[in-house]
Amino acid sequence: MTNWVMVAAGAFESACLTAGRALALMGATTTALGHVRRRRVEIVSQTFRASYGSLLVTFLTALFSGMILAFQTGLELLRFGQEASIGYIVAASMCREMGPVMTAIALAGLMGSSYAAELGTMKVSEEIDALEVMSIDPVRYLVMPRVVALVASSLALTVYVDAVGILGGAMVGASSFNVELSIYFRNAQDVLEMKEVWLGLIKAFFFAVSTATIGCTMGLSADQGAEGVGRATQKTVVFSFVFILMLDHLINYLTKVTGIYVGRGV
Amino acid sequence: MLDAAYNRSQTVETDQGKAAGTEAAPIIEIDDLAKRFGSKEVLTGLRLSIRRGETICIIGESGTGKSVTLKHIVGLLRPDRGTVRIGGVDIFAADGQLQEIRKKIGFLFQGAALLNSMTVFDNVALPLREHERPPEAELRKRVLETLELVDMAEAADKMPAELSGGMKKRAGLARAIIRQPEIILYDEPTAGLDPVISSTINDLILNLQEKLGVTSIVVTHDMSSTFRVADRIAMLYQGKIYKSGTPDEFRKSEDPLIRQFIYGESEGPLRRDNH
Ligand SMILES: Nc1ncnc2c1ncn2[C@@H]1O[C@H](COP(=O)(O)OP(=O)(O)OP(=O)(O)O)[C@@H](O)[C@H]1O
Ligand SMILES: [Mg+2]
Repeated sequence: MTNWVMVAAGAFESACLTAGRALALMGATTTALGHVRRRRVEIVSQTFRASYGSLLVTFLTALFSGMILAFQTGLELLRFGQEASIGYIVAASMCREMGPVMTAIALAGLMGSSYAAELGTMKVSEEIDALEVMSIDPVRYLVMPRVVALVASSLALTVYVDAVGILGGAMVGASSFNVELSIYFRNAQDVLEMKEVWLGLIKAFFFAVSTATIGCTMGLSADQGAEGVGRATQKTVVFSFVFILMLDHLINYLTKVTGIYVGRGV
Repeated sequence: MLDAAYNRSQTVETDQGKAAGTEAAPIIEIDDLAKRFGSKEVLTGLRLSIRRGETICIIGESGTGKSVTLKHIVGLLRPDRGTVRIGGVDIFAADGQLQEIRKKIGFLFQGAALLNSMTVFDNVALPLREHERPPEAELRKRVLETLELVDMAEAADKMPAELSGGMKKRAGLARAIIRQPEIILYDEPTAGLDPVISSTINDLILNLQEKLGVTSIVVTHDMSSTFRVADRIAMLYQGKIYKSGTPDEFRKSEDPLIRQFIYGESEGPLRRDNH
């Protein structure tokens, strides 16, 4: 009994500690944004790494997401003879939900984990200590460029994923439901509103900030050698996934209660 | 026997304290430093003051806390109790000051701690690029000159993973001294080096002291290096400075603990409690 309480208390304490560290790191990163210009080379190379390195994975996930969406909604719409609306449904779902979420999940798996592994390895091999002793702030030098790069990549990739997903939907619409491409795209264009795209990008921003912060926090608090680095990486992926979905729901909810609800309310 | 040795250390320590007071003002003052990791007490009230321009060697068994002591001096570890003052400033109290103080300190890590993602050249250039930003030509010149001092100029374009342990050490040393710091902390500078390179490093330590008036703390197990470079030796034992004194005092010491350590005898008070 007491044992159980102790374990729960311990877990709660370490969760609070980690949350505190993550918030502190986020604050420090914000302060470090003043050094963006000095770090531009690093930022560009990190952005290239995060976006170029994720092009193939995100292409495949986006294409199939769009195809699956088109197929499932197509089956339902067929019953009402509304399959021409596939275009809008796919476009709106991609822009509002699937695009940012799929991109964020891919980036958490690809980049968040590697941030944790890199910084964790640097931590356990005393490289972070070495930076500090040289009066080089690890947040400015390592964390800030990664956060900025992940945000930039996430925004760009989200647009790309939206587009690929819509294309995937068009392929399924044309092949399985006989919706002509021109009708599919006109429908998508006519009904989709710009603010739905923006909503997706706002999500992408928060997802990227959370993934990068989690990855860097876990990396910087890694200890106990290779095993610690492994744990940091693992936790990053798990926490990022959970946070992405929680944030997604929170943002959706906020758009509704604040009255900037996007969609037609059908 | 251990107790007798221990009691003696108390008197030696206080004598030393008086002597230090009459000399030049200390640049580094460590007072009552205590640190534990979990249930393991590593430092238990360490006291040491280091005068400007002197080279002090800290010796002691493996695992007694020599590296931990050095890490406190640069503020990488926070003590449970006690203070470290550098140039009169308490490094743990002063927020913001630590950054400035660290710019005057060079630190050689026991494991070199080179950044693995960049070449030796870039590692050594890093402090310059971050703090002084000299023109590229001057930067190149300074980096290569410093690498030359540790006999590493040919390896400038290698990645740390391609280096031997001793080469990493030397690259780390070059990085520590490139900005000509006032204080240099060396964690086992000659460990893993062959005798020829070791003596080059010893000469380098002496040179830096003579030419630039650097204050050095050298943690080492290498007794020949200790007697070569030290103005003063401090022996760390059970979390405190057991004795500090000149190399001559150490060489002539009758204390079994000291004799055992500096002459490498396997019989004696050391390790009796461990084995
Ligand atoms: N970050 C840490 N966490 C937990 N224990 C530590 C940590 N750093 C050092 N220790 C412990 O403190 C003790 C002293 O370590 P330290 O590295 O200072 O030894 P040392 O005197 O430098 O030994 P060596 O000559 O082998 O380098 C060791 O028992 C070590 O296990
Ligand atoms: Mg050590």
